[in-house]
Amino acid sequence: METLLPLFVAIPIFSAILILLVGKWDKKIFPRIWSILTTLSLLVLLVLFWDKGTIIHEMSGWKPPYGIVLIKDSLSQLMLLIVNGVAFLTIVYSYSYILRYEDYLRFFSLFMLMLAGMNGVVLTGDLFNLYVFLEIASLASYALVGYGVGGEELEASFKYLILGVFASMLILFGVGMVYSVTGSLNMADIARFLISHPGNKAVLMASGLFIVGFGLKAGLVPFHAWLPDAHPSAPAPISAMLSGVLIKVLGIYSMIRVFYHVIGITPIISNTFLAIGCLSMIVGALMGFGQDDMKRLFAFSSISQMGFVMVGIGLGTPLGIIGALFHLLNHAGFKSLLFLSSGAIEGETGTRNLSELGGLREKMPVTSASSVVGSLSISGVPPFNGFWSKLIIILAAFQAGKIWVASLLVLTAFLTLSYYLKFQKNAIFGNIVEKVKGAREAPMPMVVPLVLFAVICLFVGVFNYTIISNIIIPAQQILMDRGGYILSIFGNI
Amino acid sequence: MTLYFLNFVLFIIGLYALVAKRHIVKKILGVSIMEYSVNLFLILIGFKKSGVAPILMKDMDLSTFIKTAVDPLPQALVLTSIVIGLGTLALMVAMAIRIYERYGTFDMHEINRLRG
Repeated sequence: METLLPLFVAIPIFSAILILLVGKWDKKIFPRIWSILTTLSLLVLLVLFWDKGTIIHEMSGWKPPYGIVLIKDSLSQLMLLIVNGVAFLTIVYSYSYILRYEDYLRFFSLFMLMLAGMNGVVLTGDLFNLYVFLEIASLASYALVGYGVGGEELEASFKYLILGVFASMLILFGVGMVYSVTGSLNMADIARFLISHPGNKAVLMASGLFIVGFGLKAGLVPFHAWLPDAHPSAPAPISAMLSGVLIKVLGIYSMIRVFYHVIGITPIISNTFLAIGCLSMIVGALMGFGQDDMKRLFAFSSISQMGFVMVGIGLGTPLGIIGALFHLLNHAGFKSLLFLSSGAIEGETGTRNLSELGGLREKMPVTSASSVVGSLSISGVPPFNGFWSKLIIILAAFQAGKIWVASLLVLTAFLTLSYYLKFQKNAIFGNIVEKVKGAREAPMPMVVPLVLFAVICLFVGVFNYTIISNIIIPAQQILMDRGGYILSIFGNI
Repeated sequence: MTLYFLNFVLFIIGLYALVAKRHIVKKILGVSIMEYSVNLFLILIGFKKSGVAPILMKDMDLSTFIKTAVDPLPQALVLTSIVIGLGTLALMVAMAIRIYERYGTFDMHEINRLRG
């Protein structure tokens, strides 16, 4: 069973190469079909591993702490579900979206590399290996952001590249610093060492480097400058992957794994998380207001929603972390849905500006309905999923006695609702304007993922208790149990 | 300690080039300098003055070997990091060429169609 664990990384890398090789003979059909099959097989693999407890695979048979280990626990399982679920639906959507580009091969090949990197980040139990997988995913995403090779795409991609490389270097610096103190790269081994030798100054500096590095990857304020350019410039499926998955896996997930399991959470760090979270949430929401470009609006709202997650994590209480992890899952659903629907709308009307749109409800009924579901979910309207996760985070803030944080959370929730109402009023409802007159419903492979995402949003919202108790709470327990994490790797030795 | 300090100075020089220079190629050079400084830092972690290669021969004494051998793990890390750096550099240069084709300039101040 555990020997199958590397397949999560191996399958997408293999198909990335295969797509390029076979692409010499079949440039159009094979890449599209094969990538759907790849992501489907990853989902099947996930079902095989579902709820099997903590599974550890030692690469090449080297025992930890000497070799690299892959770990699948409940937290990784939640992230794998998010990554591979969103990737599958996005690839199905790309089946017809990619028709507007000339080159299919490199798109799907890079997509697969990005997927492999993210699965690796989620599974690895080795600090340097985390950095390597993080770079694989990031490098693929830099290239994908500039996929349109227009001036603006390249500019956004270059900005993202420079800041992303800087972030990676800080992370590598931090890894080196932690290694110089502990003499190990295995996360559990480092944690074991740091528990017995607390209060090291070099580790404190490494924590700072990690916060800035992962914060840059997550696009949190004040490290967000690249995000509102990069996410709108990318092709719609890539925006959905970047906003829905990449910033969560490379930023938030790595940050919570490193701080909760490896370095250990202290009041200073959790207060920093809280401050960054509040700042991101407010700044993202305020900046989102003035946007006319719908994808820029969604990008700023991503910053704001990641702020919610960081606040939940920074509170540090079990309820806060449950809310944060639940919001991660929900945000992957509705933000991917919104970005994909913006791609469908842009494809039919040729514009993304809210002021040039109107009355899409009559011309593109299914796309409109699902994007309305998405925006209701993100603005926190019951019974959709966003309501429950925001409610849990707000309750957690009250429970922790942080009234100011709770009131900021409520304020941001209102702001979110208001700018999504603006999106709905300008784009979906209202009178049909000139540009919308020729619009038709998007083709079937683009509509089906949208509807599925909308159904997921509603489903998770209605059955929130089942989802939380079966998926989120085990992940939260794993996250807060640092000793259990060490024991799960070294317990059997 | 002096070595670490000089290494840090190298990092700052790279950061200066990245932040203050307007020319894209100079920014790329800055990134490369920073990469070198991080690699150098990793090497310095395992460095020992007049150390020997970490290969244990049959006629060596184990305790003196542990004292004199350099740490091989950071060297392996740096190898990986250099390869990643090469990939990043290739991507950056390719992107700089494409940007020049689109904008006709390398000046980052004139490449500002996006608002950031």
